[in-house]
Amino acid sequence: MQPIFSKTKRLIMEIDRFMDLTSQAGLHFKEGVRLFIEQRYDEFEYRLQMIRDAEKKADSSRIDIEAHLYTETLIPESRGDVLGILESMDSIVDKAKSTMLNLSIERPVLPDKLKPIFLELTFRVVDTVEELVAASRAFFYELHAVKDHLHKVKFFEREADHLTEKIKRDVFSLKIDLSRKIQLSYFINHIDFLADQAEEVSNRLSIATIKRIV
Amino acid sequence: MLILLYLSSGLFLGWSLGANDAADIFGTAVGSKMVRFRTAAIISSLCIILGAWISGRGASHTLEQLGEINQLGGAFIVALTAGATVYWMTMLKLPVSSSQSIVGAIIGWNIFTGSLTDTDTFKTIAATWVICPVLAAVFSMGLYVAVRRIIMKSKMHLIKLDFYNRIGLILVGAFGAYSLGANNISNVMGVFVPVFPFKPLDLWAVRLSSAEQLFLLGGIAISIGIFTYSHKVISTVGEGIVDLKPLSAFTVVLASSLVLFLFSSQEIQQFLAGNNLPTIPLVPVSSSQAIVGAVIGIGIIHGGRGINYKLLGKIGLGWMVTPLIACTMSFIALFIFQNVFSQRVFRPVEYAVTEEARDRLSSEKIPARLIDTVSGRNYANAAAFRDALKEKDPALSPETIGTIIRFTRIQEIVVSTGLVPAELRTPGWLTPGEADALRKINGMKFHHSWQMEEALAEKSAEWVLKPDRAEFRPYNKRLRDRLRYLVSKMALYETAGDQ
Repeated sequence: MQPIFSKTKRLIMEIDRFMDLTSQAGLHFKEGVRLFIEQRYDEFEYRLQMIRDAEKKADSSRIDIEAHLYTETLIPESRGDVLGILESMDSIVDKAKSTMLNLSIERPVLPDKLKPIFLELTFRVVDTVEELVAASRAFFYELHAVKDHLHKVKFFEREADHLTEKIKRDVFSLKIDLSRKIQLSYFINHIDFLADQAEEVSNRLSIATIKRIV
Repeated sequence: MLILLYLSSGLFLGWSLGANDAADIFGTAVGSKMVRFRTAAIISSLCIILGAWISGRGASHTLEQLGEINQLGGAFIVALTAGATVYWMTMLKLPVSSSQSIVGAIIGWNIFTGSLTDTDTFKTIAATWVICPVLAAVFSMGLYVAVRRIIMKSKMHLIKLDFYNRIGLILVGAFGAYSLGANNISNVMGVFVPVFPFKPLDLWAVRLSSAEQLFLLGGIAISIGIFTYSHKVISTVGEGIVDLKPLSAFTVVLASSLVLFLFSSQEIQQFLAGNNLPTIPLVPVSSSQAIVGAVIGIGIIHGGRGINYKLLGKIGLGWMVTPLIACTMSFIALFIFQNVFSQRVFRPVEYAVTEEARDRLSSEKIPARLIDTVSGRNYANAAAFRDALKEKDPALSPETIGTIIRFTRIQEIVVSTGLVPAELRTPGWLTPGEADALRKINGMKFHHSWQMEEALAEKSAEWVLKPDRAEFRPYNKRLRDRLRYLVSKMALYETAGDQ
């Protein structure tokens, strides 16, 4: 019986690890964008490396979990939902990494006036991801607590949308080249995409939770 | 060789039961993909064999009371037609009750042979056909609510929950299979118990009585049924009625296993009796009915949504026609077997008012006037005697008729302890007082079995039945078992080799 117990324990740990890595990727992203705005590029590059590692580990963790769930035919009624949620969460980590990478490559110049609101947008987006991770953990441990986090995901996503619109209006009202405006808009979209993706996962999570409760 | 041929119908019924009833036990677990079919089949087979072998005696007497089939040929046809009915229903993917099937077939035998069906026993059995699914539905609803509340409070990880759910499904499935074996083996082998001539078999340190050998064989037949043909019913039970989630599957299996256990546990009956609580009759109930009831319970908990009412109606119809089909088939098959194949399907039991019976009936306050009207001739069977009594006095109560029939049944007996040497040597089979009384009446002759019972009771108080109260039922049951066995061993039959 011991190997079965330890297998179960290991899988639980792997799922927890995946959640940790998603959360860490969000935090690295937040710190990375802050460092980028403050033009501390060396430290930014270090954060980029960290988010790359986190992304790689999250990928292999997800594959490992998928393999376990399929080969051992575990949680048959929720397997599809769980795998879908994990894959969507993994895509958030991927997107965070690719946005940081593009910042590193393109090094867009942010007008000073926009720096605080840009940072605020990043913080709201990461709040969305953090609440999503909390909701996902609750899905595994405490089903009734899921909705406490899901409504926060929606709240932060709307805040992010609101900030996105505001920054974009500010960007296009600046007297700078159109090419710069488009480049900044592109990055704003990329950052906001994390919140949008988090909301999409939260919708899936909401349905999966209802399915389990009923 | 002929004996084995006769027994083959019982084994066929066992196989049908395995393919139908036994499939129910793990149907929900396999249907919800929590347990693999192979795992389920292995575990349920083992547990059914163990249940049949260890606790199989509990419910078997109920069938013997319903109709005492006294010829191997009759037992063969009864089991064959019951098995064929279950097989037919299995082909239609319907979970039916092998209990209903065998009861229908026995009643067919009773009608064919002119034997009377014990209406009280029949009523008890028929009542369980309603009580069993209702009880299972109530159990599954209660268990589902309780288990779900516990899980919600426990904050257990989904994967751990899944793990415990699987273990739970396997454990309660094993328990259910054990209970099914204990409860339903009498459906398979019950009709053979009074007529089968196996000698006790010494197997290492264990001595297997004739009944135990039959039950073991029946258990093996059930197991083969599970492995070879249970897929169809599993799909109906596991997915057809309601789409079951693993937690529901667990509560369904647990609820139906508990119901099966309640109806087959002599220990629970003794416990209830000891605490002045109403007892549960030890009747072979149907795992199909229990499972279907439990699945409906889950459907009700969810507000009745998702219940496949069309399929449910089909299952209900199957339950209603099963005993009727089995009864009709049994009657027709007995007729063919007797008249076309010239095989004996019953040993005639005659009824006559002997001097002893007349005295005994007067002591039971049966009017002598009535007795005189039916004296002086032998009646070919119980039905003919009952009709004669009714003709003389249409107002006679069923109880009075039952009493008259009981004391006028002809059963020539010569007591000979030499016929049961192994039993007398077996420690605990009879108490020293009981054995002593038996030896004292050695060589005596009787016309009726009740005379032998009374002669034994006269020699030793240990042979006296206690008042019919719940707490004494196990005691009386044991005593009746022994008396029935002794009578079957020492009775004289007109044709040698019948037994």
